Amino acid sequence: MDFKRKDFIGLMDLSQNEIKDILETAETMKVVLSQKNKKAPYLQGKSVILLFYEKSTRAKLSYELAAQYLSANCVEINVLNSGDETLFDMGRTIEQMGGDFIILRNPYSGSAGYLAERVKASVINAGDGLNENPTQALLDLLTIKELKGGFKGLKVAICGDVAGSRVARSNIWGLLKLGAEVRVAAPPTLLPYAIDEFNVKVYYDIKKACEGADVIMYLKLREEKSYGSRLASFDEYKDFFKLDQSTVSVAAKDVIVMHPGSPDRKIEIESDIIDSDKCIIDDQITNGVAVRMAIMYLLSLGRGLNV
Amino acid sequence: MKSRTLIKNCHIVSPECDFDVLNSLLISDGKIEAIGDINVLCDTVYDGDSCCLIPGLIDMNCKICEDGYESRDNLKIVSATAAAGGFTTLAITPNTQPVIDNKTVVDYVIQRIKSESSVNIYPYGSITKGCKGKDIAEIGKMLSKGIIGISDHGGMIDNASLLRDVLMYSKMFDVPVISGGLDDSLAEGKAVNEGIIATRLGLSGSPREAEEIIVSRNMILGKYSGAKLHLPVITTEFSVALVNEGKKHNSRLSAGTFPHYFTLTEEEILGYNTFGKVNPPLRTKKDTEALKQGIYSGVIDVIASGHTPASIDRKLVEFDLAACGISSLETAFPVSFSALCNDKFSLSDLCRVMSKRPAEILGLDKKGVIKKGNDADLVICDINNDFEIKGSEFISKAKYTPYEGKRVKGKVLKTFVGGKVVFGT
Repeated sequence: MDFKRKDFIGLMDLSQNEIKDILETAETMKVVLSQKNKKAPYLQGKSVILLFYEKSTRAKLSYELAAQYLSANCVEINVLNSGDETLFDMGRTIEQMGGDFIILRNPYSGSAGYLAERVKASVINAGDGLNENPTQALLDLLTIKELKGGFKGLKVAICGDVAGSRVARSNIWGLLKLGAEVRVAAPPTLLPYAIDEFNVKVYYDIKKACEGADVIMYLKLREEKSYGSRLASFDEYKDFFKLDQSTVSVAAKDVIVMHPGSPDRKIEIESDIIDSDKCIIDDQITNGVAVRMAIMYLLSLGRGLNV
Repeated sequence: MKSRTLIKNCHIVSPECDFDVLNSLLISDGKIEAIGDINVLCDTVYDGDSCCLIPGLIDMNCKICEDGYESRDNLKIVSATAAAGGFTTLAITPNTQPVIDNKTVVDYVIQRIKSESSVNIYPYGSITKGCKGKDIAEIGKMLSKGIIGISDHGGMIDNASLLRDVLMYSKMFDVPVISGGLDDSLAEGKAVNEGIIATRLGLSGSPREAEEIIVSRNMILGKYSGAKLHLPVITTEFSVALVNEGKKHNSRLSAGTFPHYFTLTEEEILGYNTFGKVNPPLRTKKDTEALKQGIYSGVIDVIASGHTPASIDRKLVEFDLAACGISSLETAFPVSFSALCNDKFSLSDLCRVMSKRPAEILGLDKKGVIKKGNDADLVICDINNDFEIKGSEFISKAKYTPYEGKRVKGKVLKTFVGGKVVFGT
């Protein structure tokens, strides 16, 4: 086992073997999830604190269930009522009250690492600014692994608002480490600066990006007005970047289409594709719980620093 | 009876005055009276121990925090910090509290300087009222009270027509106009260089265009107005090329940079290190090299400290929330000396960019070089032995530095202002 860490901050810093450890552990966790009585004792007596500074429904539920399936106590903090308390003070307070895990979602890039350096509790990054959302990416990776068997040479096209997606960034770092070929397709204004220098192939034409692709990951758009001058309109965007049958037809025959949840049928992905068996959003959701259980379990082993 | 001080046994190094042999320098009533082999009776004699004696450094860009907070660098602290760094004259930016934008505040600040400061400090007046970049301030009235130039520091002027008027108006006073900044529409809210490090860390980058557009615009307005324009800080390779071109068309144009821009790169912020968070942001290796070449060739006239001492509590927070700033008065000289000086660029050349040119631009005709009749603002420094930079030993209240642990040469041993020792015993 290579994964020996106190915290789980991002895929950028993990080695290929560490990612593989997590995925393998997640597969074991799926066994727990498939049983009638979904309870394993690994985190008995531990407490998990959800500290979310941004809105979330799915991720929060997924973490909470993951903690409970592992028998941990799980508490959510309503940060809206915490006044001007800084992240640092909040972390210390949680620590003094005996929190073992802090699941942090925060609007500032680097905030999870910042907190991790300052508390003894294990910090799990549930999204920090525009930086990473590593568990969300791991569940994508687990889904790909289950359906494709591996990553080496796999062609993955990531389409849509790449610059605005921390999940996309985590996926890019993870996929590159696992040996996949990563392509991105988006208008240039929605791509991270100089992403091609990270060994990612850049396309402004979604059809070209999807040629021969084994996996198409479509990213969720935010509100139209938040794009300012980076997009003319969603109506124009969909003319060039909506995933339709003609694009899917140039991909590999057994291509899978992924999306982080409830794709927009008018702008993002055509209904026929969403309703076909190529689209695997439900698998992704189940795997989210398993991956989060795996992370908490691995961190609790305390192979790195003292937990 | 005049009070006389002798500094003996030192290498006198200065633009316009370079000796190969050990010499002495005689100070009389705060002025340099003689240089050479001097044998006269003096009140005080200092032994230079074969070290270098250079003209006191002149900082064209220093921020003070005279706002009553104990944790900040106020006038007294800044002047002591400057003295420790070899700076004998500072021009301070007008974005203080209150803003230096009218004659009453100028009067007040100058009174405070007289009572608090051990080095020469001159305020810049804000070009616009309240540093807001909108309405022109009463430049003439401020000049009559003692400002040394006008600056848009802290109040970027985004209206080209306003800046054009300011440049035209300034000509009747022949005052240096210090104007730079970043284009807000490109850079607002972004504190790191747009580049692969920003992409790696998931931070929104401030593009170099934001600086280069303002450099170009200001140079164009400067050329047609004929005003005395100084670009306080350029940080990119293309800015250097632009200034090089601009100078061919305008002899009254000058430009500066800060030591961190030619010695540190954007890699400093890896790990979300807030000590590397400065404005404009640190750039890349190509830029640091271009800036060095710009200094060597004279395209860049001035190295200023860029001292912006954000307190440590404003640095030890999440990267996006951290203040921009660096405590650099005490590192500027040794860092610059170690990075720049070689066979082709001597200590005397460094004194040109850190003392002589600033004096010329600011119109301080009795400062900047060591010669008879000039103010006895002097520094004794050791350029042979290296030492380790330690933030904890700073006089500045901002006791941190991105140079922590680095070994450099050019330690300041003693600083004189008007013939009096203000640092080093």
